[in-house]
Amino acid sequence: MSPTDQKLLTVRGLQKSFGANQVLTSVDLTVARGTVLALIGPSGSGKTTVLRCLNGLEIADGGTISIVGADDSRHAPVTIDFAAAHGTRAGVPKKALTNLRDQSAMVFQHYNLFPHKTVLENVMEGPVVVQRRDRAEVEAEALALLERVGLSDKRDSYPFELSGGQQQRVGIVRALALRPTLLLFDEPTSALDPELVGDVLRLIKELAAEGWTMVIVTHELEFAREVATEVAFVDGGTIVEHGDPKEMLRNPKHERTRQFLHRLLFPF
Amino acid sequence: MTDSTWQLLLDSLWPMIHGAITGTIPLALSSFAIGLVLALALALMRLSRRRWLSSIARVYISLVRGTPLLVQLFVIFYGLPSLGVVIDPWPSAIIAFSINVGGYAAEVIRAAILSVPKGQWEAAYMIGMSHRRALTRIILPQAARVSVPPLSNTFISLVKDTSLASLILVTELFREAQQVAAFSGQFMALYLEAALLYWVICLVLSSGQGVLEKRLDRYVAH
Repeated sequence: MSPTDQKLLTVRGLQKSFGANQVLTSVDLTVARGTVLALIGPSGSGKTTVLRCLNGLEIADGGTISIVGADDSRHAPVTIDFAAAHGTRAGVPKKALTNLRDQSAMVFQHYNLFPHKTVLENVMEGPVVVQRRDRAEVEAEALALLERVGLSDKRDSYPFELSGGQQQRVGIVRALALRPTLLLFDEPTSALDPELVGDVLRLIKELAAEGWTMVIVTHELEFAREVATEVAFVDGGTIVEHGDPKEMLRNPKHERTRQFLHRLLFPF
Repeated sequence: MTDSTWQLLLDSLWPMIHGAITGTIPLALSSFAIGLVLALALALMRLSRRRWLSSIARVYISLVRGTPLLVQLFVIFYGLPSLGVVIDPWPSAIIAFSINVGGYAAEVIRAAILSVPKGQWEAAYMIGMSHRRALTRIILPQAARVSVPPLSNTFISLVKDTSLASLILVTELFREAQQVAAFSGQFMALYLEAALLYWVICLVLSSGQGVLEKRLDRYVAH
């Protein structure tokens, strides 16, 4: 087995309800190292919930999530059986949940930068305060990352002083600085003005080219076609169709996928 | 007003200022500090998912806000001795005022914590923080900014309410005024002088509030 087709993430039978509303009926998913998986689907289909379960922001009611991490202790392999946890946060072993969370870093739709901290402090908070890494080393790494996204001159700015596109690039740098094995993007460009979308998508494309493993919830079909190595269509709380983006977006097999793509391409 | 009234006002000015410095101000500051700690604990209890904790806090807040401060003060100073608990005037006053501030400020702090967007908790968890760390490093600093104006109101009310301590024999600004007034019979002049002094203290506090808000505003868009 070559390193590139090694499974990094395995999701089996994931279920999640909010009250009487079953958002995820059963989700199965495997993500190999280096994969860029785009999750597409209508709003309310459950695609964002899948992403949030992967980071432990939502606790699934059933099913399992396994991540094969790296060799260091922070990224040790972890498997969580949510049925055994009875769908409650308290039911999941704390260590396993922390371990799951440490594996991935998320970029949020609304950036969720810390407004009371500068750009540099936003990026350094996790590595220094949580991971207890050396401050000088983290700062050098954070500045290099900011430099790379063209924001090193904003290091001492507060988030409100930045445009949406700049804030989202800081959000991505904050995620990268955590040194995750898996990057999660929740509609990273949905809150941006159209002319600012390009910068953020270009950056994600660069990260894909570098070999980062990513799961991206997106409405940008062109982007999914060009950058993703796999695409999954989520509808009714399950993955309806999963395949190669170029093939699937041109020639969807499933009727529901076809209808969804048609609506996106011809909105009126 | 006669010259002798002016002289009386001038002569009583220092005892009153002295009463403010040694009575009113330290009483207000210490009660506010203790009250805030109590309020933070009560706010967190109110927000707790454990129902019994939040119920205790709810009852406490309801009792404090539903009874007069003067009654609370009298229960502690004049009431408790009949149960064998005798507390000196000063500690009695501090206990009563702290309990009172705790009740009022708890609701302010609770609302301020709830005003921080849910996405801030999620971002904090995302970077690996525990609940406690997310609270202290991400949520409370933002809640502090929101709660400065209402807490300033609480503090200013407290400064004026400390005059009630004169009724349990604490020597502070108002008790000094009362003593001179009773002795000289110049009630109007002396009580107006006391009012003026309270007003000056509150003006200083209001400008302090402005400075604090400005400092905390550095990360907020204008």
